[in-house]
Amino acid sequence: MMSLDPDPSTLRVKSKISDRIQAIPRSGIREFFELVLNAGDVISLGVGEPDFATPWHIREAAIYSLEKGQTSYTSNLGLLDLRKSIAKYVAQKFHVSYDATKEIIVTVGVSEALDLAFRALLNPGEEVIYHEPCYVSYSPTIYMAYGVPVVVETRAEDNFALRAAAVEKAITPKSKVIMLNFPTNPTGAVMDPAELQGIADLAIKHDLIVITDEIYSELLYSEREHPSIAALPGMKERTILMHGFSKAFAMTGFRLGYACAPPELTEAMMKIHQYSMLCAPITAQVAAVEALEHGAAPMEEMRKAYWRRRNLVVHKLNAAGLPTFQPGGAFYAFPDIRSTQMTSREFATRLLEEEKVAVVPGTAFGKAGEGFVRACYATDENQLAIALDRIAAFAQRHRS
Amino acid sequence: MDALLELLTKDSRLTAEALAARLNLTPAEVQTKIAAWEADGTILGYQAVVDPEKTPQGGVTALIEVRLTPERGGGFDRLAERVAKFDQVATCWLMSGGYDLAVVVQAASLQEVARFVTEKLSTLGGVLSTVTHFQLKIYKQNGFLSVPTPDGARLPITP
Repeated sequence: MMSLDPDPSTLRVKSKISDRIQAIPRSGIREFFELVLNAGDVISLGVGEPDFATPWHIREAAIYSLEKGQTSYTSNLGLLDLRKSIAKYVAQKFHVSYDATKEIIVTVGVSEALDLAFRALLNPGEEVIYHEPCYVSYSPTIYMAYGVPVVVETRAEDNFALRAAAVEKAITPKSKVIMLNFPTNPTGAVMDPAELQGIADLAIKHDLIVITDEIYSELLYSEREHPSIAALPGMKERTILMHGFSKAFAMTGFRLGYACAPPELTEAMMKIHQYSMLCAPITAQVAAVEALEHGAAPMEEMRKAYWRRRNLVVHKLNAAGLPTFQPGGAFYAFPDIRSTQMTSREFATRLLEEEKVAVVPGTAFGKAGEGFVRACYATDENQLAIALDRIAAFAQRHRS
Repeated sequence: MDALLELLTKDSRLTAEALAARLNLTPAEVQTKIAAWEADGTILGYQAVVDPEKTPQGGVTALIEVRLTPERGGGFDRLAERVAKFDQVATCWLMSGGYDLAVVVQAASLQEVARFVTEKLSTLGGVLSTVTHFQLKIYKQNGFLSVPTPDGARLPITP
């Protein structure tokens, strides 16, 4: 006879898991992932990574390093050559200079850098102000470092850009960090320089640290230069600039990122990194040097392809009656699906069932994402065109 | 390069509407620009990139290095243009280095290439010497790999 009760050993093991980890809800993305897997042959606009394979010259550099037997540990901070390349690249791109010997740490993706930063900075109960909709890891990572995530919701009326006034309202005596990510996953929002200055002023006035996740900063579609808050006067000494190779160089699987910060902060992050990770994989580090030194042209080719696809996607979504603002960066469009009278989750689930197209419900990125879905356009242009025609048919059918 | 021109060099079959949507232009703007390029010779033509190994007749391709005597006044131009006019010549470049013209010749057979070189090319006044290399196998042409290697698959949903 089958028992419907959970196996007692399962319950016993579950009771051993820490209360804090048990309290973390299952990721909305994870849940949706299983639905998509079961749906069969789907055109997925649900990915959060480039569709390009890593440019061949970078892959070739990784292969060559293996041929040469470069298979050892590196310095905890990462290969000095890589840190020098990073310093040069960051100085050129963001106009802020870091000392490669003590202000840069190479990490396993920006995700690890975030974890290091929060653990290095937060005492239990201290608050981190961040904006939603945002990348899924911010809130849990803050929580796991015993911090308190404080959400500032960005709004469709502002094209999901962050306003300094909204940040100011969230500041309390327990605030310690402001966390930024522009261009933003999932909205593609970019920051107005005046608002960025406003946030810098707040950070200085209230003596806050700023963490800026610059992972999409190469993927911008206007002529305007991308400002990083780290470069504003008085900000370098209170900012951790995080960046990585995943998006711009299509190197997600290499799992490589870095943090640039004042020496004391870098040292504190290194303390954690040396015991938890020791160092990032050397093959990825060697490949990253190649990317920074010689990767500009292939990156520009990819950026142009994303730009064309963004135009196509935004044009077609708007034509389909799903208002979509022109995202300034990243490779996501964030259409407003409220005219279908469905929730984000319903829309995504039914679109999957009826049209075999996967998008991610906006709510996977925070409550402020309700009424929107994330459509990633890092997908082959022909597939993209088919997917968009199907979305248009779906929206037409369901608009009341 | 102009974004429209760049896109056309990758895929010239896209319609004016499809091109316009990708480039934030109107279809009329696209058509006007293309017409202007066709008129001024910026766009010379449109072709399919074919793998000759997949076609029944196949044929042969040769790269011929040609050394020339330059002429007073015109340099290599008059001779090079004369060489380029032969139907068998698919590509003709003036080169730096050890020889002057790189001539890519396509013909039905080895004998036809031989005949072209010995009867037409070598006998032209001003041609000093030729070295003929036959193509054995194509790995990549015009940016297309002969055996496209699919990139690794991505997970369908990632954050």
